[in-house]
Amino acid sequence: MKYTKRFDGRKFDELRPIQARVGVVKNAMGSAEFKIGKTHAIAAVYGPRELFPKFLQLSDRALLRCHYNMMAFSGSGERVRPGPSRRSKEISMVTEKALEPVVNLGEFPRAVVDVYVELIQTDAGTRCAGICAAALALADAGFEMKDLVAAISCGVVGDQPVVDLNKEEEDYEDGAVDIPIAVMPHTGQVTLLQLDGEIDPEHLRKALDMGKKACEQIADVQRAALRAKYTEE
Amino acid sequence: MSTLLVQEKQVVIPGDVLAEGMEFLPGKGARRENDNVIATRVGIVSPNGHVIHIIPLSGGYSPRANDVVIGEIKDMSYSSWFVDIGYPYEASLSLKEASSEFIERGASLSDYFSIGDIVLIKVINVTKEGNIDLTMRTPELRKLRGGKIVTVASPKIPRVVGKLGSMITLIKEKTGCHIFAGQNGRVWIQGPSPAAEKLATEAIMLIDKKAHVSGLTAIVSSFLEKSKKE
Amino acid sequence: MITQSYVESLAMKGARIDGRKFDQYREVTIEYGISPKSAEGSARVKIGDTEVVAGVKLEVGKPFPDKPDEGSIMVNVELLPLSSSLFESGPPSQEAIELARVTDRGIRECHALNFKKLCVKEGEHVWLAFIDIYPINAGGNLFDACTLAALAALHDARFPVFDGKKVDYAERTKDQLPMERLPISCTVWKVRDQLLVDPLPEEEQAANARLTVVTTEDNKVCAMQKGGTEPLTVDEIMAIVDLAKNKSEELRRFFR
Repeated sequence: MKYTKRFDGRKFDELRPIQARVGVVKNAMGSAEFKIGKTHAIAAVYGPRELFPKFLQLSDRALLRCHYNMMAFSGSGERVRPGPSRRSKEISMVTEKALEPVVNLGEFPRAVVDVYVELIQTDAGTRCAGICAAALALADAGFEMKDLVAAISCGVVGDQPVVDLNKEEEDYEDGAVDIPIAVMPHTGQVTLLQLDGEIDPEHLRKALDMGKKACEQIADVQRAALRAKYTEE
Repeated sequence: MSTLLVQEKQVVIPGDVLAEGMEFLPGKGARRENDNVIATRVGIVSPNGHVIHIIPLSGGYSPRANDVVIGEIKDMSYSSWFVDIGYPYEASLSLKEASSEFIERGASLSDYFSIGDIVLIKVINVTKEGNIDLTMRTPELRKLRGGKIVTVASPKIPRVVGKLGSMITLIKEKTGCHIFAGQNGRVWIQGPSPAAEKLATEAIMLIDKKAHVSGLTAIVSSFLEKSKKE
Repeated sequence: MITQSYVESLAMKGARIDGRKFDQYREVTIEYGISPKSAEGSARVKIGDTEVVAGVKLEVGKPFPDKPDEGSIMVNVELLPLSSSLFESGPPSQEAIELARVTDRGIRECHALNFKKLCVKEGEHVWLAFIDIYPINAGGNLFDACTLAALAALHDARFPVFDGKKVDYAERTKDQLPMERLPISCTVWKVRDQLLVDPLPEEEQAANARLTVVTTEDNKVCAMQKGGTEPLTVDEIMAIVDLAKNKSEELRRFFR
């Protein structure tokens, strides 16, 4: 069936409302809060710091360790049992991979940079919100970075390419394809790409193009959040 | 034709294009990509002729030879102490560097420092592996007794000190405190009263918050005046 | 890097690091409904730089065999490494468990919530309130921040719909939880011989004993917990109880 109107009335290339702020965790080297629609993520960076046990140390660069976690009350429906799950471990790993290409980890061999991502409320697009918050937190912490990283879920619902799928769209009964991507906004290079569903190359191309454009919008919000810390009097 | 796309003192973000064209060169906090100069840190634009530097607004401490820093003695081995200077690599002070006074053969480490001591200490050099060699051998280096330590991001220390020490002198005069700002972001304060120490602390936290603002000396000066009246 | 001896020397001069009086709290703010879509109740509490969030998830389950007509609560505190470099990932530490149990005691033993009114069908279905508490920035005094956040989240909570078989989380009613009392906790710490409230992390490190006192509106003490390595005299305990009662009354106005 054709998907002609989005459940929440948005245009196909329209994002949910976004809010970003940095410096939200005073104890951390850098931190940020990123909200998209009702999905609410916080990220905090600790490091570079000494890494133990020694066998984990990398001789030529810092280890980037991401820790993604959902708060027990953050899921729609039942309580989420605390503790790492297979899903949270996978998301931690793809978050690392999405950020590694931009951060200069070579500056701190044998050390570790820990990035903690916590979800306070979830409504689809959580791994992407986490990556957006984490990239902001790393920039806020003063790391040398090639670029920021912005991330969004693009995809296809019914027959229609869209960006920023919400929960209803992910669960669309006539088929939805969910494609989380993370992009370095300056060059448009992709650092995270996953896909759930069935899609033909033409629709894939359309979805990815929309996703890249959406990431440019997100990057504008991220930049404004970093600047805001230094322009409020 | 090369164009500078940003102004001095503008706040930039990693990935921002600072200039187009080969005439401009990337300094600290910037890199070249094809014909463009791109920012690699969050910071303020500081052009020096054709070289564009970015002065970072946050970040950890990056040790350099001759830096005087504030450290805490953390551990010791048979011939040296290990000092925490807020840097994730080993920083050690060997027995022969422990004092500007003559050190006898067979002297014991514990004659000089104990674990937990806070010291004003200098970086001799940074080894290839990133480890730090420290010294206490010049006379002004010493154990810091009493007082408190406030920590700011290391890139902000130049603002705490000010041009030719103007800012730190201002705070010392208005609060009556002894103050030493270590390059590693740690600032030691010791004053005639807890209230004086609190005032000095607040002045330094104000600088930390507004390090990117110009006319900072005037802002801090009026803050200190106002607080003294209360 | 403020040392224990500095905190102690200030205390002996009658002063604190940030210039507060010994019986003075930092600024307290409470925000309700911070996770309104997913949590049945939620709140964010800030005490100075300390920030804690709490959420309530309501489930229907079988009652405990010895209390067939009562619902219950389950309190969990996770000391997120996000909030401090002193916390590590992994199973709950002794510190986290103590925080959870003290918070639980303050609600359960003080009858903040009427457990009997959480009964849907005796012996079969009762409401269970899971309270999960997370520090976002650990800046001292997690005890009081956690207990305040739990209470605020309970106040914010509204029942979802239960049709006798399943809970429909998508449908939320306007019915609040049966809150009956307002027990407020205040933890008093002892540095050298000085009693103080709402410590900074450096003050907590320098302290040698602490006593958490939970009091109700009608001036009854309903829960206590002593911590720290040094003993307290009975006179000190009574002085702490007196101080805690007054501070709790001040904090209670947030819920009126």
